Amino acid sequence: MSANIDHLKEEHHQPSGLMRWITTTNHKDIGSLYLWFSLLMFFVGGLMALVIRAELFQPGLQFVVPGFFNQMTTMHALIMIFGAVMPAFVGLANWQLPMMIGAPDMALPRLNNWSFWILPFAFTMLLSTLFFESGGPAAGWTLYPPLSLQGGNSMPFVIFSLHLLGASSILGAINVIATILNMRAPGMTLMKMPIFVWTWLITAFLLIASMPVLAGAITMLLTDRFYGTSFFTAAGGGDPVLFQHIFWFFGHPEVYILILPAFGIVSTIIPAFSRKKLFGYDSMVYATASIALLSFIVWAHHMFTVGMPLAGEIFFMFTTMLIAVPTGVKVFNWVATMWKGSMTFETPMLFALAFIILFTIGGFSGLMLAITPADFQYHDTYFVVAHFHYVLVPGAVFAIIAAVYYWLPKWTGKMYNETLGKIHFWMTTIFVNITFFPMHFVGLAGMPRRIPDYAVQFTDFNMIASVGAFGFGLSQLLFVYILFLTLRQPVTAADKSWEGAEGLEWTLPSPAPYHSFDTPPKVD
Amino acid sequence: MNRLSILIVSMLVPLTTLADWEVNMPRGVSPTANAAYDLHMLIFYITVVIGIVVFGVMFYSIYHHRKSKGAKPASFHESTTVEVIWTVIPFVILVGMAIPATKTLIMMEDTRNSEITVKVTGYQWMWKYDYVEDDVSFFSKLADSSNEARQLRSKIDVNKVDNYLLNVDNEMVLPTNTKVRILLTASDVIHAWWVPEITGKKDAIPGYINELWVDIKEPGVYRGQCTELCGKDHGFMPIVVRAVPKEEYTKWVSLNQKNRVADKSK
Repeated sequence: MSANIDHLKEEHHQPSGLMRWITTTNHKDIGSLYLWFSLLMFFVGGLMALVIRAELFQPGLQFVVPGFFNQMTTMHALIMIFGAVMPAFVGLANWQLPMMIGAPDMALPRLNNWSFWILPFAFTMLLSTLFFESGGPAAGWTLYPPLSLQGGNSMPFVIFSLHLLGASSILGAINVIATILNMRAPGMTLMKMPIFVWTWLITAFLLIASMPVLAGAITMLLTDRFYGTSFFTAAGGGDPVLFQHIFWFFGHPEVYILILPAFGIVSTIIPAFSRKKLFGYDSMVYATASIALLSFIVWAHHMFTVGMPLAGEIFFMFTTMLIAVPTGVKVFNWVATMWKGSMTFETPMLFALAFIILFTIGGFSGLMLAITPADFQYHDTYFVVAHFHYVLVPGAVFAIIAAVYYWLPKWTGKMYNETLGKIHFWMTTIFVNITFFPMHFVGLAGMPRRIPDYAVQFTDFNMIASVGAFGFGLSQLLFVYILFLTLRQPVTAADKSWEGAEGLEWTLPSPAPYHSFDTPPKVD
Repeated sequence: MNRLSILIVSMLVPLTTLADWEVNMPRGVSPTANAAYDLHMLIFYITVVIGIVVFGVMFYSIYHHRKSKGAKPASFHESTTVEVIWTVIPFVILVGMAIPATKTLIMMEDTRNSEITVKVTGYQWMWKYDYVEDDVSFFSKLADSSNEARQLRSKIDVNKVDNYLLNVDNEMVLPTNTKVRILLTASDVIHAWWVPEITGKKDAIPGYINELWVDIKEPGVYRGQCTELCGKDHGFMPIVVRAVPKEEYTKWVSLNQKNRVADKSK
């Protein structure tokens, strides 16, 4: 091991310019690549959301034809899930895991390089389908057959890019597991790992278990379309509902892939700014593991309306409701961590607090959706759209933004402008609610999702949501400006940038050295 | 007197404008839709109470336990007792929710003893209704007035169109106070049939026959839409159900049967 590190030290004649980024095997370089890529995709997916919201500003069709509208909803989801949120979490894992466990780098650096560099090609291919004569995918990100089998020439390209994204995620997950299980500093037992490391370890297992299932489902779609099989076509003896079962067997663990690392981030930031240890560390670990295990037996709650047998509907209702227990434990633990702490409210803390409140609201609507008889009313309406945006935007995205503000001084040695950060927080939080809260109302009042035009009684709340969406989009330009300002500053940040911050990363200088820990620190 | 009428009008105006700002699920006109509404409100109120307690504690803490007020951090960080308490209490609340939910679900899925059966078939992008016993059959698609107005940059003010996007050429007619079994299937892709005031939705899937039941208690016109993405005109295949008293329904059936027979003889 030490010979290896000596070798690394000597090897500082890396290529410069573009080749540095293409050939890099360094966890920090790759982490930055992931994060910048994710930011770019966040804006690409965001622009698509704004096309949707512009069209929905008032009833009647003003800007786009229904077919293109469907391409926008489909692509917005694929890009935000696979292009923005997942790469952002992998980027954070790359930057933080080695520093948090006292390692010099990730366990499999070349694999790491490859996992990232698959992404730009996959997304170029995915986005290029929008310029096809027959257009991009328009059957929703869930790709339900038979509708998805009717699609134009984009279909094989979409499936190939999803295969590439799946491969990238699986390689990334293998790397995370190998790193965490093999490269922890002496003395850091599993139950002493930082909670962010724990949530990522569990997320990585979810990725490895669920991604191949998606690969299977979309390969069957491909052979149905091009090789004469009938897995999902009723006319050939196949079963359209089978696809939904396979898809959601992947899809529900995927939902937790998008939120477990966010739990880890919030569980790191809340104690730091409460100046008090995380309450119930053990129960946090067990709760995360229970959520992950439960995620494999709740999938059919996404398809309560397909006409399952009564026993099936009852089973999936009960298991889904059960998820509220470990999720509740997490929220209670966060509140108990804050209780009798000594809190300050810097930008990362503000985003973490908003996460707890708004994610919990998303959890409440999730509990309502779990109730099968009520779900018959909610299903495929804007109530569902409101629900999953509450858990993904002020949930996952807020956690990512909080993490960037929190670790930025460690990564760059430079502190962001706190006033601007707070303005960014308040604008983002206000607009996110203006955008998504009215969606609960129109959903309950009966507006289906994925429609380009609506009956006139839904006009008012749709207008409000559209105004909020544009405000939210503009607020994120402020985020880019803040990052730009920060990077232009001289290095001034302290090694331990936050008074209450705990963990090995804060024992390193700011900015953190290229190879993190040359000699493993001792943990007691 | 004049003043009083002005006062009443000024109070009514905001009320009528408020009607557009519908924030909740409509109350139903059938046992299943009413049961869904009641369950929805029950779970909603439970979550509101939980929310008030949790956020209340959180905001108390945010207000009182802040450094700027001189709060010193306590050192406690675990307690098996409280962990057990806040695992068990939510579990008990969930059981309390699960019991009425399961009862309602069993009631909703019981399609036995229905008096008439209507088969509903989803097409891209219209519905077909087959009254199995009464030998009536017709297609139902978006009304022409809406269809013209919904074209890209049609220049037609959709607010002036009669029930824009929620109007059809041929309404589905059902008798009130009758248990009707609805069979759902589709000919091309998956659709979903939903009229919120009458019943929750169910998918119409090629190769499958799904079933649900309705028993409409009040005569009236009820509107709904396809709720499963089914291609480019997914947003333009509404459902209109006209519920009429039984005698009127019988009349409607005989009229439409005759028409059908007449059509055949031509």
